[in-house]
Amino acid sequence: MAAINAEGLYKVFGKRPKRGVAELERGKTREDLQKQGLTAAVIDASFTVDPGEIFVVMGLSGSGKSTLIRMINGLFEPTAGTVTIADQLITDVSPEKLRAVRREKISMVFQHFALLPHRTVGENAAYGLQIQGLNKADREKAANKALDEVGLGGWGGHLPGQLSGGMQQRVGLARALAAGTDIMLMDEAFSALDPLIRRGMQDQLIELQQRLEKTILFITHDLNEAMRLGDRIAMMRDGRIEQIGTAEQILNEPKNNYVASFIQDVDRTRVLTAANVMEPAQGVIGAGSGPQTAHKVMREGQHNWILVQNRDRTPAGILWEPDVAEAVRTGRKDLPWSPVHEMPTVAQDTSLADLFAVSAQHLNPIVVLDENGRTVGVIPRVTLLAAAANNGQGADMPESWGSPDSPLNDGESMADSATPDVPHVMEGAK
Amino acid sequence: MDFPRIPIGDWVATGIDWLTINADFFFDFLSTIMKFLVEGLSDVLIAVPWPVMVLVLAALGWVLRSVRFAALSLVGFLLIVGMNQWDNAMLTLSMVLIATLLAVIVAIPLGIAAAQSDSVSAAVKPILDFMQTMPAFVYLIPAVTFFSIGVVPGLFSTIIFALPPGVRMTELGIRGVAEETVEAGQAFGAKRSEILFGIQLPLAVPTIMAGINQVIMLALSMAVIAGIVGADGLGKEVVSSISTLNLAKGVEAGLSVVFLAIFLDRFTGALGDKKARGKSSLLALARKARSSEPVTAA
Repeated sequence: MAAINAEGLYKVFGKRPKRGVAELERGKTREDLQKQGLTAAVIDASFTVDPGEIFVVMGLSGSGKSTLIRMINGLFEPTAGTVTIADQLITDVSPEKLRAVRREKISMVFQHFALLPHRTVGENAAYGLQIQGLNKADREKAANKALDEVGLGGWGGHLPGQLSGGMQQRVGLARALAAGTDIMLMDEAFSALDPLIRRGMQDQLIELQQRLEKTILFITHDLNEAMRLGDRIAMMRDGRIEQIGTAEQILNEPKNNYVASFIQDVDRTRVLTAANVMEPAQGVIGAGSGPQTAHKVMREGQHNWILVQNRDRTPAGILWEPDVAEAVRTGRKDLPWSPVHEMPTVAQDTSLADLFAVSAQHLNPIVVLDENGRTVGVIPRVTLLAAAANNGQGADMPESWGSPDSPLNDGESMADSATPDVPHVMEGAK
Repeated sequence: MDFPRIPIGDWVATGIDWLTINADFFFDFLSTIMKFLVEGLSDVLIAVPWPVMVLVLAALGWVLRSVRFAALSLVGFLLIVGMNQWDNAMLTLSMVLIATLLAVIVAIPLGIAAAQSDSVSAAVKPILDFMQTMPAFVYLIPAVTFFSIGVVPGLFSTIIFALPPGVRMTELGIRGVAEETVEAGQAFGAKRSEILFGIQLPLAVPTIMAGINQVIMLALSMAVIAGIVGADGLGKEVVSSISTLNLAKGVEAGLSVVFLAIFLDRFTGALGDKKARGKSSLLALARKARSSEPVTAA
């Protein structure tokens, strides 16, 4: 059962908006509609949010994300399409039924907090419950509990105006939590806050979500925020959803140039984790082997280092080629651990940024472990640097250079400049 | 070239005459109520000995504003007494208060309706413009034909003249509430009435109070003009001093209007705008005393 399901949502502003939907379906663009005085805010948006998921809709201003979120709780009526909340259709229902869904199923957190300045923090937090018709004692209890959850215990008697911006938004969060709904809509909820406070609020939201298992639909224009919070992200542009996927999918497989250009500025080191960049260890030997075996594996595989593993697949250490060669020459029986053999190990969800710190302190490759301490992969320094530099598209070749379609290129000149012989030359040199 | 004479004035006069004859019972009914209200209030205000009244008004000024305002009000009121205009001032005050009360009773619901519906707003706006720009004296003519002379036609034209800012500022105040705050009410499933009374009206209070302040000031200016049709009070004094070219009397009545106007303006200004309240207002002092206790306890 999906918590939120949106099917083919359209929102067109202007006179006779249905006409706009028909034209968009026939392939007209947003600009065509603009000429007729119609504004297409959301075009054919479909997505599903699973229970307990943080689903982020990310887009710049004017991309239609605020309109989209307002259709999910019926503040705007979609021009076409349907919205289903917990298997209950909320488009085309009576206002009374819609209000009931809002009271019981969905709460909302607003960009500029939208608190009532004439009511105390406690009364604000209890607002949803007051609308639900709960008696005063019960709703005060629930509001105080919600204020405790967001770290504002004891502030219930103050007025919102006496609180800082970050604290006011935590009141907004407490109001949504106190309402007791499974779904929370968050409209640019942290965008009006200072960066440092925003960071703290993001951490708090993730922590709350893990504890309370709310379903959260989060709107933001900040890609880093989207990547930090979102289990899945929908990238929006000009009213359309361009791509839906996890942060890694969007970073590594951008669907089109727009998404790709967007993620250029993302701090990849904070989004990608060890699991995303690790590779299988090329050379592996058992911990019971001697220097001869190690030397053989290295020579055959052309490795300059190999991983030594215990029987239960926990890592035992790293061997380097010069040390192994020395051990073979001197006839040592035990494995020659290198002076840099302190082997750094990390968990799979360690971020790239944290891997750099580890890598800076150790010459050896980083070994990635699963929750049972078993080896799942390794990250040599070179791999780490490449992952941070990768723009997700692979190397772009300048296509116009020496294109075969160019009329100037006849077969002969191609043969002159091409380099198929080079490997042969190298072979001959051996 | 002769452009045909369009007898709009005649048409209106005919209509008013028709109303006077056919809606006689209605105007009598209105007249009785308005007369009862104004005369009842003025009787009370005059019956109270002036030293008591002066002290009460000054004390109210202290409660809402400051010691300084109370002291200046005291001086102003004593000057009115000294100019022998106290009873006239009380008559005018009662007319202003009743006119304001009735205007607000009409204006606030109308303003709310205009804020909730664009079509109501569009319909009300030109009527308000008409009411405000029509020279105030013109209202007196039909008022006299409806109610004959005295305090009632004065009150009637005062209400019409003073009404518009009450409607406008109510609409403005409600529409000025941040959209997000209203959305917050909707998002939690509040009904329209819950949003109106729980969010929009409370947040519009400062603007609505500024509107009521305007209503009072317009009512005072019109109450003076209403002296022409025989409404008792400072206005009648001014009118009679014009007809007899009695400068001394005119100055005294005029100054009394000024003192009353300043008092009413500053007083009602402090009702809606908490910032206008001085540090020495009794309300501010009381709040300070109350809030300082829990702080020391905590």
